[in-house]
Amino acid sequence: MLRFVLRRLALIIPTFFGVTLLAFALIHLIPGDPVENLSGERGMDPARRARLLHQFGLDQPLPLQYVRYIGQVLRGDLGESLTTHDSVAREFATLFPATVELAFFALAFALVVGLPAGVLAAVKRNTVADYAVMGVSLTGYSMPIFWWALLLILFFSVQLGITPVSGRIAVQYDVPAVTGLMLVDALLAGDMGAFRSALSHLVLPTIALGTIPLAVISRMTRSAMLEVLRDDFVRAARAKGLPRWRVIVVHALRNALIPVVTVVGLQVGLLLSGAILTETIFSWPGIGNWLIHGVQSRDYPVVQGGILLIAGIVIAVNLVVDLLYGVVNPRIRHA
Amino acid sequence: MPDVAPAVLAMPSGTDAVPPSRAREFWRAFSQNRGAVVGLALGGVLVVLALAADGIAPHSPIEQFRDFELAPPFWHAGGTLRFPLGTDAVGRDILSRIVYGTRLSLLIGTISVAISLTLGSVLGLLAGYFRGIVDTAIMRLMDVMLALPSLLLAIAVVAILGPGLINAMYAIAIVLLPHYVRLARAAVIAEAGREYVTSSRIAGAGALRLMFATILPNCMAPLIVQATLGFSNAILDAAALGFLGLGAQPPTPEWGAMLASALEFIERAPWVVTSPGLAILVTVLAFNLTGDGLRDALDPKLRRSMA
Repeated sequence: MLRFVLRRLALIIPTFFGVTLLAFALIHLIPGDPVENLSGERGMDPARRARLLHQFGLDQPLPLQYVRYIGQVLRGDLGESLTTHDSVAREFATLFPATVELAFFALAFALVVGLPAGVLAAVKRNTVADYAVMGVSLTGYSMPIFWWALLLILFFSVQLGITPVSGRIAVQYDVPAVTGLMLVDALLAGDMGAFRSALSHLVLPTIALGTIPLAVISRMTRSAMLEVLRDDFVRAARAKGLPRWRVIVVHALRNALIPVVTVVGLQVGLLLSGAILTETIFSWPGIGNWLIHGVQSRDYPVVQGGILLIAGIVIAVNLVVDLLYGVVNPRIRHA
Repeated sequence: MPDVAPAVLAMPSGTDAVPPSRAREFWRAFSQNRGAVVGLALGGVLVVLALAADGIAPHSPIEQFRDFELAPPFWHAGGTLRFPLGTDAVGRDILSRIVYGTRLSLLIGTISVAISLTLGSVLGLLAGYFRGIVDTAIMRLMDVMLALPSLLLAIAVVAILGPGLINAMYAIAIVLLPHYVRLARAAVIAEAGREYVTSSRIAGAGALRLMFATILPNCMAPLIVQATLGFSNAILDAAALGFLGLGAQPPTPEWGAMLASALEFIERAPWVVTSPGLAILVTVLAFNLTGDGLRDALDPKLRRSMA
């Protein structure tokens, strides 16, 4: 087991350096250098330019600059935003909980609806229920979620007026940020009005972001269940005279969950991609929204730092999923 | 001749009557999946729309009818058949923009998938054929690309190249690349040890010939399936980039960009939002259905387990 963990850890190192190289290249491939971007339209006299280049270390050879950059990254220094002049790492840390909260609820929604739907489709195979689940799942998978989010707003917010259109909480509430997770903070402050407001703000973004994972999970659950339901141990359980639900839930589903867990782990990248769009539409103050603003305002340190941090998170989560999978399924460890 | 499953696609039906021709066998497997047939038919309609856009669209996609701003679709009160799906905020006919948007979306899909498939197959072949350091270098690079969520990678590329339709296509091609490389590599590794490859090598075939003429045609099945599914990813990502203002720029009738410019009118004129999104959904659905059908038909192992 230890060897398996070490081998997986060793595989991460080149990936990490690759990502830093990509983030580093981003700054150097963009048209114009950072100093030029600072100088604006009026330009800058050569002496000042040279001084600034020297100050930022941009007059040194590229490999040396890269080594310096790695050093900064490892110290947690990702530079500062060109627009707010705040530390990129600090901005990310402030906004990240909002994204986590949204992604958590989206994934929970996908699991709570997707697992039973997949089981139902597998058990009631080739019936109307199966076709309905598979049809909805395929549609969900093909859905442009930015449009789906707009439809949800159009129906629930504009037509029915039951959900707020954007943001995390109504303006009249001021909840002290302790964890950064609005729901938890509202509870800690004992403010039930704020809690309800935060909850109602979560509904539409959760559905919008959860739809694609929901589609993937229900499809995966169905095919894993179909596989397992054919196995001998299921027949044995049935032959023993166990109730049908017990065979399905305890015997079949538990074994079908292994591939499903892997798929859930792999949804993290998808969730973060989706979060960029969802947050933009609902003005959700998370890292996706922040990153898009960074791209639009050509705030390159933000883009560079954001990409590096998000890639880091995806790598870390994939590692955890891999390790968990190794724990659950010994065959993987020795592959 | 080696046992070629996918060459079917190129082979005219009826070349060998007994046993049933590969094309017919393929079609039988494919048409068992009703969804796949629907998807293929939808795809056909979309291709016709794209090719014949000039004849089908009632108006120019960028002509502004200033007297008809935000006209509703014809089934609403006040709608007119002159603009069947209504007009947008500057009086452009939405139906015409959707029809021309089909051309644009299929073009984006075709070009980005073509770039990605070509480059990906070559890199995958190199990695799988030479192994060793070449393999490691290529695959580690792909790992880096896979570590970034697809839309984020596309955004990073657009940030480097600058926003625009052409750059969005490059960005999407890069995003799709790792999938083709991985598939091609895996298929090459599986094929390289086969006897027909060895016999070809003994007959004196060089590395290039072995890679491209001997091995590649036998690795096409997964690549074809992935290309079809990649098509829908490409269209979705292009629309997402357009929506974020990083892809096609106005007044280009690109579906995602149309949605972005419709945002502020969502309450007054919901139809400016509904039709472009529906167009994206239908197109993506068509390619996903076809891709699923192709996978079932081209991969006998999967076919059996689905049956």
